[in-house]
Amino acid sequence: MCAARPNPAQPRVDTSAKVADEVKTTTCYMCACRCGIKVYLRDGKVRYIDGNLDHPVNGGVLCGKGSAGIMQHYSPARLRTPLLRVGERGSGEFKEISWDEAMEIATEWLGEVRDRDPRRLAFFTGRDQSQSLTGFWAMQFGTPNFAAHGGFCSVNMAAAGLYTFGGAFWEFGDPDWEHTRYFVMFGVAEDHASNPIKRGIGKLKGKGGKFVSVNPVRTGYSAVADEWVGIKPGTDGLFVGALIHELMKAQKIDLDYLVRYTNAPWLVIQDKGAADDGLFARDKQGNPLAFDKKKNKFVNAMSPDITPAMVGEFKLPDGRKAVTSLNLLADRFLSMEYAPEAVAEKTGVPAETIRRLAAEMAHAAFEEEVVLDVPWTDWAGRKHDKMIGRPVSMHAMRGISAHSNGFHSCRLIHILQILLGSIDCPGGFRYKAPYPKQAPPWLKPTGKSEEIAPREPLGGPHLGFPQSPQDLLLDDAGEPIRIDKAFSWDAPLAAHGLMHMVITNAALGDPYPIDVLFMYMANMGWNSAMNVPDTLRYLTEKNPETGEYKIPKLIYADSYYSETVAYADLILPDTTYLERWDCISLLDRPISEADGPADAIRQPVVQPDRDVRSFQEVLIDLGARLGLPEFTNKDGSPRYPGGYPDYIVNHERKPGLGPLAGWRGKDGKEIGTGKTNPKQLEKYIENGCFWFHELEPGLKYFKHANADYLDFAVKMGFRVEPRPTIFQLYLEPMQKFRLAADGHGDIVPPAEHRERIKAFFDPLPFWYEPFEDAMTDPNAFPLHAITQRPMHMYHSWGSQNAWLRQITAANRLYIHHDLGRKLDLEDDDWVWVSSHIGRVRCQVKLMDGVNPDTVWTWNAIGKRQRAWMLDEDAPESNQGFLLNHLIAELLPERDGGYRYSNSDPVTGQAAWYDLKVSIEKASGADIHETSPLFEPVERPFDVKIPKVLRFGAEFRGKSSQGGGSR
Amino acid sequence: MHPAYSVILFTTASGAGYGLLSLLSLAGLLNLVPLDPWLGFVGFFVAFALITGGLLSSTFHLGHPERAWRAFSQWRTSWLSREGVAAVATYAPTGLFALGWFLGWTEHWIWIFLGWVGIGCSVVTVYCTGMIYASLKTVRQWYMPQVAPLYVLIAAATGALLLNLLLVVFGEASAWSFWTAICLLALAMLTKLAYWIAADAESKTHTAGRATGLGRFGDVRAFEPPHSTPNFVMREMGYRVGRKHARTLRTLSLVLGFAIPIVAMAMPLLTSGVGTGLWSTLAAISAAAGILMERWLFFAEAQHVVTLFYGEQEA
Amino acid sequence: MTSLPRKTDKKLGLVIDLDICVGCQACVTSCKEWNTGGYSAPLTDQDPYGADPHGAWLNRVHGYEVGSGEEGRTVHFPRSCLHCETPDCVTVCPTGASYKREEDGIVLVNPDTCIGCKLCSWACPYGAREYDYDDGVMKKCTLCVDRIYNDNLEPRDRIPACVRACPTGARHYGDLGDPESDVSQLVRDRGGYDLLPEMGYRPVNKYLPPREAQSVPAEAPVETQSSGKSGKTSAADRFFTWADQVLSR
Repeated sequence: MCAARPNPAQPRVDTSAKVADEVKTTTCYMCACRCGIKVYLRDGKVRYIDGNLDHPVNGGVLCGKGSAGIMQHYSPARLRTPLLRVGERGSGEFKEISWDEAMEIATEWLGEVRDRDPRRLAFFTGRDQSQSLTGFWAMQFGTPNFAAHGGFCSVNMAAAGLYTFGGAFWEFGDPDWEHTRYFVMFGVAEDHASNPIKRGIGKLKGKGGKFVSVNPVRTGYSAVADEWVGIKPGTDGLFVGALIHELMKAQKIDLDYLVRYTNAPWLVIQDKGAADDGLFARDKQGNPLAFDKKKNKFVNAMSPDITPAMVGEFKLPDGRKAVTSLNLLADRFLSMEYAPEAVAEKTGVPAETIRRLAAEMAHAAFEEEVVLDVPWTDWAGRKHDKMIGRPVSMHAMRGISAHSNGFHSCRLIHILQILLGSIDCPGGFRYKAPYPKQAPPWLKPTGKSEEIAPREPLGGPHLGFPQSPQDLLLDDAGEPIRIDKAFSWDAPLAAHGLMHMVITNAALGDPYPIDVLFMYMANMGWNSAMNVPDTLRYLTEKNPETGEYKIPKLIYADSYYSETVAYADLILPDTTYLERWDCISLLDRPISEADGPADAIRQPVVQPDRDVRSFQEVLIDLGARLGLPEFTNKDGSPRYPGGYPDYIVNHERKPGLGPLAGWRGKDGKEIGTGKTNPKQLEKYIENGCFWFHELEPGLKYFKHANADYLDFAVKMGFRVEPRPTIFQLYLEPMQKFRLAADGHGDIVPPAEHRERIKAFFDPLPFWYEPFEDAMTDPNAFPLHAITQRPMHMYHSWGSQNAWLRQITAANRLYIHHDLGRKLDLEDDDWVWVSSHIGRVRCQVKLMDGVNPDTVWTWNAIGKRQRAWMLDEDAPESNQGFLLNHLIAELLPERDGGYRYSNSDPVTGQAAWYDLKVSIEKASGADIHETSPLFEPVERPFDVKIPKVLRFGAEFRGKSSQGGGSR
Repeated sequence: MHPAYSVILFTTASGAGYGLLSLLSLAGLLNLVPLDPWLGFVGFFVAFALITGGLLSSTFHLGHPERAWRAFSQWRTSWLSREGVAAVATYAPTGLFALGWFLGWTEHWIWIFLGWVGIGCSVVTVYCTGMIYASLKTVRQWYMPQVAPLYVLIAAATGALLLNLLLVVFGEASAWSFWTAICLLALAMLTKLAYWIAADAESKTHTAGRATGLGRFGDVRAFEPPHSTPNFVMREMGYRVGRKHARTLRTLSLVLGFAIPIVAMAMPLLTSGVGTGLWSTLAAISAAAGILMERWLFFAEAQHVVTLFYGEQEA
Repeated sequence: MTSLPRKTDKKLGLVIDLDICVGCQACVTSCKEWNTGGYSAPLTDQDPYGADPHGAWLNRVHGYEVGSGEEGRTVHFPRSCLHCETPDCVTVCPTGASYKREEDGIVLVNPDTCIGCKLCSWACPYGAREYDYDDGVMKKCTLCVDRIYNDNLEPRDRIPACVRACPTGARHYGDLGDPESDVSQLVRDRGGYDLLPEMGYRPVNKYLPPREAQSVPAEAPVETQSSGKSGKTSAADRFFTWADQVLSR
């Protein structure tokens, strides 16, 4: 390795300089990916961070954010001490207070609400990676008003997947990168599963597989795609419908797979007007019926070894008609409505391309079959000596989700995979534990009127999967129980809540006002808000009678001086990710791999140099102070005196089931379930702060119907019983809502909601025009406007990071060259971008790789002046801009004056990709700044902001220890 | 290329200094001027002041001026090092020559020898300065055969104007000093014109497509720069002067740097000495302004190959 | 030391695969992070929280659009020192601070003797050298000379930080002087190329071009199984006939 004869005249270089006094492992938090990292410490400072080579998520690699973690950790924007507002909201005037005082104030505010009416607390967390704790705390508090940021992120993708096949993308499952031959990615997806997807794409391309990217914008992953399909935003569902049309027409769907794993042969009652029209025909035990072609009779569709008819119309024993699910699906997608020619103009994708892509998918699935010589046993106990796979895989996240037609579009993508037979097979999509769940998961939302009482905990988790109107959270008048109107007629399947509506609803008192808004790590006063100007108004508006703010008390916990801090009354400063304990739990948002379940912890690798506390510690302390049952002992003393690590080790959700699955039991030998182990955290730290259990080869695929896996999943606490997951092509729960809208049943929507429920609760997926398209004038607002997030800032608002902000300190509005020519625009010209609620001034950049009817920008680059401790003249605040100012949080009034939220009608997912705009050249000489430009916020504390940053100088020139020199 | 004022000042001032130094030496050696100690003193003082001031100014743009001595070590490969060595080396013969002039040792063969050596060293030094630029393959407008001679010629021409002014001040002016200046200015101007013609005519050989190797897929257009605010490479090498602006400056530099001085030098000859002092002063001032502009343009118009990575199509 | 070695024992360098670089900046920040505390420490940043943030970085990623329309593509292009075999950046250095190592061909700047004249940055066509305005010396890629031989690191970590971090595996490190090395093989297989070969500096680092798009045979639609009746049935009818199979669950 070393050269034999270094030139004596050559300078001597210390090639074995000492790197660290100590290397500690923990888990990254620069985005939501949760990679394993190694932190190199030198003289008590962080010298270097790299990826943990043994970690199941990242296998050693680390992205641009993770590698800039040092600058996040040492940012001058870190909050330093608890703060109490002294000026008006939004002014940024605070006084520093002690933790004792802060906790007393918080306890008083929260205790008062809990004693009177727990609904008057809304507790919403943002990019929270401890939702199993925060949600549990909210349950114990007794408020129904809890959710995290999924409602504006990707609930459509998750809910559509979970209802359809008990899984979804990202945390739920990944493409089988080892074997896939054809990978299709829909929409912007750089943020979810950042490093695993990058590794996967590298692997796929290395093996010569084809990568197709369907995305209005050709950046990021789309740049390395073999084929880029520059689709119009919001039309992906239609495009996928046309692929299904073509595949069905060409008879290239996997009937064997459908008969085994889906409800394709289940019979659907066809009896217009009846209370059970459109529901499955069932036997007395409630089992769905199929028609057995060999036995020539109706049979329990769940039984093994039947030969059910896949298509056809049958006369049920009661004389009514029924058809199979597949029959209904085929009727819909073989119709000319979904023919490539019919969708070409709307999607912007030529019919020829759609046809070819469908044919390519068919080829990869059926002609390039992957066969693994791995025996396995199916749910009925039948042995198979091989695993046969259809190597077509897909991925999609926010780009498809964040539309008002997202739920159905996402369902279409999932159904396309199912029709190709590529769910959890070699080369297809693979579940990651604890998924698959049942479809839909057996978990209902909690928070009905009778479940809420002062000083009483909620009986179960807030969020779940309603299967019929009975499961909605409505009061006696049929009005929403939750502040965000989740699980009401506005958003019946709101599985992640509607965080984006909380401030608006609370300020408007619709459905009711609240007393305390408690938020964590969510920049709701800026880039996480739709319609920022109005959101800031809601936060500062006062009740003219009382002189009090309409949202009277606002507690906020964050690590940094984000825009939202200035609008809160009490600030609880959080630590950085390197200063805290955390657990990345299977009860929460898992980090498992397809090859096996995994979870992880964070450990403090450095101690805070400020008076800050990890939010989880604070929450556990608050729980004890408030006397929440699960956070106190019988004698009233704190249940977890050791704080968060104490909770992580000793909390049990059910006997034997705790936050961490590894090293359970007295001797630390049990996994999944088992008694608590006081040495559990030590074991995690010894193992690099993660636990991973690799599945036996026979358990790795067909997990939805694999007997050995299902047994394992029950043992691990992932599933209640070892019954297979049946994929729901036809989604019966949707029909139950429709029937309610037709007036059937006890719980029916009020008249004004009925048409909407009828229209959108179709048990079969379909495509409809996004609401903003349908409700605004296409001539006035002809362009789609969407955002992408640069990979070096995804899920990580990096402008406080001295390195990342050098890469992108201001954003441009990207437009197609043709549009630029038409409007006589050149690079860096200023334009006005207008939507139906407002306008923003920004600079353009012309490009080729964008759908010609679409403009886009990098999201969340624009910052408010002086927030994040940036100078007032920072590019982020003066040239950078947000499209959020243009996105309405409420749809225009409908008949009767009611305004629905600008969300998916099924799940309540924020429809912020629906935005339609127009642009015009900004006239006036010497324009050099963006508009609107809000007042700069005051800085709540003094901190030295360096003009020159010499980070690392202190590490240079230290002598090596035993290292050779060359 | 970013026109750094320290470098512009250094090259023009020291060029003029070396020009004056060598022409004054030459005139002394050829007995074209009286070997008056005070004429010598003032002449050499001005020359050394310009040279030393220029050299000092050149260290302003160094990150570590205190290490400047290290620059003498790499004369085998580095034109900058050679320039440094030559510049320092020039002080010895020229300093002794000047001393000899002042002290009247002007008959000694050593004095004559030192004179010729000094002239040689001066020319070499200025040539080295030119070669620092002319050897850089990365800058097409510099990597040209005209560049090093231009540095020498402009140094000589500005030196000639200074010498003439000096002689005028001392009342020693005669036709030859005007003619020398006119000839050198004309020669420098012609070379500069030839340089511009050649630089403008030369096809740009490097393209963004070749720099990135992506030309095989079509034209290469910069989309996202690596950082949204300019980095060192762009600050140092990304400087672009507008085409129109450059044209105007070229004309101005020709007029001020060459045309006016030539005319001003010719006027006393045509008018048999009317306003000689005024004309000579005007010529020197005008040339100073013009040559500073010429040097500014030399940098500002030069395009570095690295700009191909930052959005330029060809270089 | 400004004279170049006649030959080097090895030609250590990088091979960068433009086919899979997604422009995530991992190599950029991991490089900054390692080197700001390493051989070149610090890599200073000016105005880090102000109007004009800029600093010394040893590796940068450009985004290009190439071609238009159907033939158009977006390419991410990492750019750092190519550790040329015959670079002018070394020979123009007046002090000898800039040199090419005889044992492995790595081009380094000695931060203790550099006078900060910036001439080497002018001589480099690749923009690989960055001046540290605060330190007053030139900084450049060291190929992580303080990692690749570092006995204090695990053997598997003894590779440049950028290679270690790259999530897609678009960066490869090895001896390009050894025709049998993995990197040399890769260059041969994938048509690895030099940047600006006409400059004559013989870069050691190579770039692998984006590959031709994978083509998948498109199956001809199956529309032939018409049910003998009239021979003229719709696609829907044919689908239902086809799907009406006897399949066992």
